[in-house]
Amino acid sequence: MSIELLLALSLAVPAAGTLLILLLRRNPNAREAASLVTAGALFAIVLRIYGVVSGGERPELVLAEPIQGIPIALEAEPLGVLFALIASFLWIVTTMYSIGYMRGHHEKNQTRFYVFFAFAIASVMGVAFAGNLFTLFVFYEILSLTTFPLVTHAGTDAARRAGRVYLGILFGTSIAFQLLAIVWTYAVAGTLDFQVGGILDGRLAGIAVPVLLGLFVFGIGKAAVMPFHRWLPAAMVAPTPVSALLHAVAVVKAGVFSVLKISVYVFGIDFLAGAGASVWLMWAAAATIILGSLVAFMKDNLKARLAYSTVSQLSYVVLGAMLANSWGVIGSGLHILMHAFGKITLFFCAGAIMVAAHKSEVSQLKGLGRTMPVTFGAFFIGTLSIVGLPPTGGSWSKWFLGVGSLEAGQVGLMAVLMVSSLLSLAYLMEIPLKGFFHKPDEPPHHEGIHEGPKWSLVAIVTTAVACLALFLYPEPFYRLMTMVAGP
Amino acid sequence: MTAQLPILQVIVPLLAAPICAVLRHGRAATWLAVLASWSALAIAVVLLGQVMAGGVVSYHIGDWVPPIGIEYRVDIVNAWVLVIVASIGAVVAPYSVTSVEHEIASRRIPLFYAAYLLCLSGLLGITITGDMFNVFVFLEISSLSAYALISLGRPRRALTAAYRYLIMGSVGATFIVIGIGLLYVMTGSLNMADLAELLPGVWDSRTVKVAYGFLGVGVCLKLALFPLHLWLPNAYAFAPSPVTAFMASTATKVAVYMLLRFFLSIFGAAFSFDVMALDRVLLPLALVAVVSMSLVAIFQVDVKRLLAYSSVAQIGYMILGLSFASVTGLTATLLHLFNHALMKGALFMALGCVVYRIGSVHIDAMAGLGKRMPWTMAAFVVGGLSLVGVPLTVGFISKWYLILGALEKGGPWIAVAVLVLVTSVMALVYVWRVVEAAYLREFSGDEATREAPLSLLAPTWILVAANLYFGIDAVRTAGVARQAAEVLMAGIGS
Repeated sequence: MSIELLLALSLAVPAAGTLLILLLRRNPNAREAASLVTAGALFAIVLRIYGVVSGGERPELVLAEPIQGIPIALEAEPLGVLFALIASFLWIVTTMYSIGYMRGHHEKNQTRFYVFFAFAIASVMGVAFAGNLFTLFVFYEILSLTTFPLVTHAGTDAARRAGRVYLGILFGTSIAFQLLAIVWTYAVAGTLDFQVGGILDGRLAGIAVPVLLGLFVFGIGKAAVMPFHRWLPAAMVAPTPVSALLHAVAVVKAGVFSVLKISVYVFGIDFLAGAGASVWLMWAAAATIILGSLVAFMKDNLKARLAYSTVSQLSYVVLGAMLANSWGVIGSGLHILMHAFGKITLFFCAGAIMVAAHKSEVSQLKGLGRTMPVTFGAFFIGTLSIVGLPPTGGSWSKWFLGVGSLEAGQVGLMAVLMVSSLLSLAYLMEIPLKGFFHKPDEPPHHEGIHEGPKWSLVAIVTTAVACLALFLYPEPFYRLMTMVAGP
Repeated sequence: MTAQLPILQVIVPLLAAPICAVLRHGRAATWLAVLASWSALAIAVVLLGQVMAGGVVSYHIGDWVPPIGIEYRVDIVNAWVLVIVASIGAVVAPYSVTSVEHEIASRRIPLFYAAYLLCLSGLLGITITGDMFNVFVFLEISSLSAYALISLGRPRRALTAAYRYLIMGSVGATFIVIGIGLLYVMTGSLNMADLAELLPGVWDSRTVKVAYGFLGVGVCLKLALFPLHLWLPNAYAFAPSPVTAFMASTATKVAVYMLLRFFLSIFGAAFSFDVMALDRVLLPLALVAVVSMSLVAIFQVDVKRLLAYSSVAQIGYMILGLSFASVTGLTATLLHLFNHALMKGALFMALGCVVYRIGSVHIDAMAGLGKRMPWTMAAFVVGGLSLVGVPLTVGFISKWYLILGALEKGGPWIAVAVLVLVTSVMALVYVWRVVEAAYLREFSGDEATREAPLSLLAPTWILVAANLYFGIDAVRTAGVARQAAEVLMAGIGS
């Protein structure tokens, strides 16, 4: 099979999956099987693309040409492949999890849920394999649209308000800043293609460079750099699988992935470093890291705490890109991966606790760990990975980000990384500690509670084990990242 | 036969109109109107092909040689506008079959189609003619029939809306005829091409400048440029649905064409921009129109009126492109003529479906319609996204060229680009209010409410599909628009 066809299939398979899901809507078991098969097929396709790209090829495919010289084109390059691998693999796991969760929680409109989920994944593939800025923008916007029905799934007033914030910020920033930045880039560079070394070197200089970069970083609202982060906590009204895959992995990572890709392939890290354009944004990211952690500290609602933790962690990736050296970029790419596995585990656990024990606040979790040991054990591993402690994968990305900050001569940022690690240790570790070591409140409410649905448990264990495995085997992903920015 | 196409373009709907009136039979009149509007589209497409292949087509009526006789002159600019007007006319005609039966008393249906065809032929006539006085004649034909069409609306306020439009429109038409008269005084000619050659000789005369002013104000009244737009919201809100869809997509577009034709080809781009400072006059008006009208639209509760205000804002975008005084800016204007016709046509037709089923387009009445009328509301969503300028829709293409035009000029113009983007976000707000009502609120109306019939949905979705198609493959439309912009800007650098 030709590799270009595979690229097209990576979008077509999840899109076709929606049809299958719709056709099988009368039979929930068949419908969920369709979701799983689609997810599996997509992962197989992405694996095949990975095989080719890691061999040094860069397959391309032009889908359409809306404006002269600006095609909608797909191109597989290492960074995109890394992102696609993460998203497609975790889609399988999340689908398994959803089956347990959606049924256990008796959610309504499940067919609509699975349909838009598959659409969202198709758009994520588009983002991952976008061959130029315009294509990236197109799929970025489609992703906002396809996730909107998922965020407002509950249909309540709260969901509607959250939906408004969600779409308002994501669309608002992308139209007002990102589109402006894209047209500006086109006006000065005459092209929007992603190229190794960037397309702006020698065509833009002075104050315009940091301004343009700022338009991109803030225009990509999905990266949730403060003050444009409000949509992410708002999106937590969605069912937990949505929060887990989309708002810990696919959507938010689409944001930081775009920032990273633009820094590397539109600006070029040498150009960025030379112009010193990204220094002010390093500090914007650093501020988000610290403030996000502090807010997370104050949230008693578990999902809200995780959301702010995500806001904080996303800025690690932005920070890595803004460091504008190869260690920063490698750390950044690896952090997309490591944080994805860590945070999705945490969300899975939060969802399992909600379904099994109907608890959503941190303060309600005392002693629950003894009745749900697997869930709380997994939460502990996820926490280690987010904090960046061995033996979990998270330690690698923190390591490279630290090296990158020192290489950039920013000792202050190194301190920020350390402080934030401590903060996240404090606000996340509280949960397994409460679960395992605190005595339950009087009278004990935990009778009749046991571990979550078994499909969900499989998913939780899978991602928790993956967090550990990534500590031992980060090699293939590290290699992909060195292809993007070799030290 | 093909040599006679320019006159057939106008004469086919013009002759079909009285036949409709005489027929006195609803169905027959309906199908005659559909046939006539489709023939008009076929002719317009062939004409565009001819112009693109062989340059300007000139037709002398009665073989009288211009400038004595009346000339019909088709170049790439008006061939483009003809296609826009004729294609909307052709889509709305079959749409109105079902819609009109519902909204207009049956004995008036033949008269409705007579007025519809008159309006269509008037608009086509304004576009195709190369004679100034002929423009005025066709302007009156299209305006008078438009007043009649609007007054057919079911709410009694349609009458006052039509009357108001009549007053304002007549003032505009009078200004235009005064302008034409002054030009005739100075040059002794009414032929556009002839005028374009004669006028540079009398550029300095105050009379020519006064004529310029009269024409400008007159045309801006017709195209509803802020602050001369007051007639438009009510006229659009109370007219029957197919009339709103037709007028919103064609009448103002033809008025914009008139503006371009008068000021850029007859007076010449050099005179307009260098002597009369047209760009500096239009820029603030366009900006105020875009910002204030988008803001007003956000607070509307009647969705038809909401879209009407949005139309005034969108006209602001077209005038904004013109005020850039550059080929890219003008390309954006010409593209938006077409693109806006597609999106507003689709949106108003979707609203027509809603009126057909629930009789109201109040935002509260539309609550929960997403489940009841999924295809209608999906059409509205796509049309709305196009209005916002989301990629893969035509709206994005217009925005792209508009912003590119602003950035090309650099310096303070970047602020204009930012303003265009900010107002796009405002468009998102007013579109999303409707979407949210339709999808995230509970339906409270009649339980029997069903999806609109296919005869309404099919034409609506033709326009929706066009919104997507020309958003994904805009190379051809942008090419024509650019060619036309270059023709209009001839004589001025860049």
